[in-house]
Amino acid sequence: MLHTVNKSPFEKDSLAACLRMSKDGCAILLIEDAVYAATDGTAVSDQIKEAMKTKSVYALKPDVDARGMSGKVIDGIELIDYAGFVSLVADQNSTQSWL
Amino acid sequence: MKFSIQVNEGPYQHQSSDTAYQFTKAALEAGHEIFRVFFYHDGVNNGTRLTTPPQDDRNIVNRWSELAAEHELDLVVCVAAAQRRGIVDEGEMQRNGKDAENIAPGFRISGLGQLIEAGIQADRLVVFGD
Repeated sequence: MLHTVNKSPFEKDSLAACLRMSKDGCAILLIEDAVYAATDGTAVSDQIKEAMKTKSVYALKPDVDARGMSGKVIDGIELIDYAGFVSLVADQNSTQSWL
Repeated sequence: MKFSIQVNEGPYQHQSSDTAYQFTKAALEAGHEIFRVFFYHDGVNNGTRLTTPPQDDRNIVNRWSELAAEHELDLVVCVAAAQRRGIVDEGEMQRNGKDAENIAPGFRISGLGQLIEAGIQADRLVVFGD
């Protein structure tokens, strides 16, 4: 299953809900302002690193770039473009958007 | 593969209408079929042809209309959400006694059943919004 999160974890608790409810082996894609959660050295980066032990974490590169965060992404988070986003949705059996 | 898209956010609000558009475009470029794009809640505001954004800004409404024309997309606006927000087509204008209609090319107004059908008929439903 693919989970998408689109709000900053410093604005909304949708990332926390996603991390709490999603199962091991799932994919989590951070888009829009949620890409701030993909940056290292924040209050939530340890939670992301913990989740990465059992879940695949991706971030949408155009949104990372638009926010000037490309040099600060946590090691191991895969950056994908819109075509990659489409492939991820196709590859996973369903998608849950945490809005 | 068949995709359906749900857009819950208006244009120029945050980023979801843009993300939904970019995703839809990328899916078409990858050879997938878009069964329907359903505009719900504030997302119905994507369907008014009366917007005039600055010339150097993207025209979100026209962009949807152009993509629909190019790929014969079914862009459906939720009727109840549209009535609340003043998105009107010819039929709604007459039924509700309004003096104008404003639906953008390629969009049509219909009911929530269209969203349910979009979820059933497509292999994947992806939701964008706040």
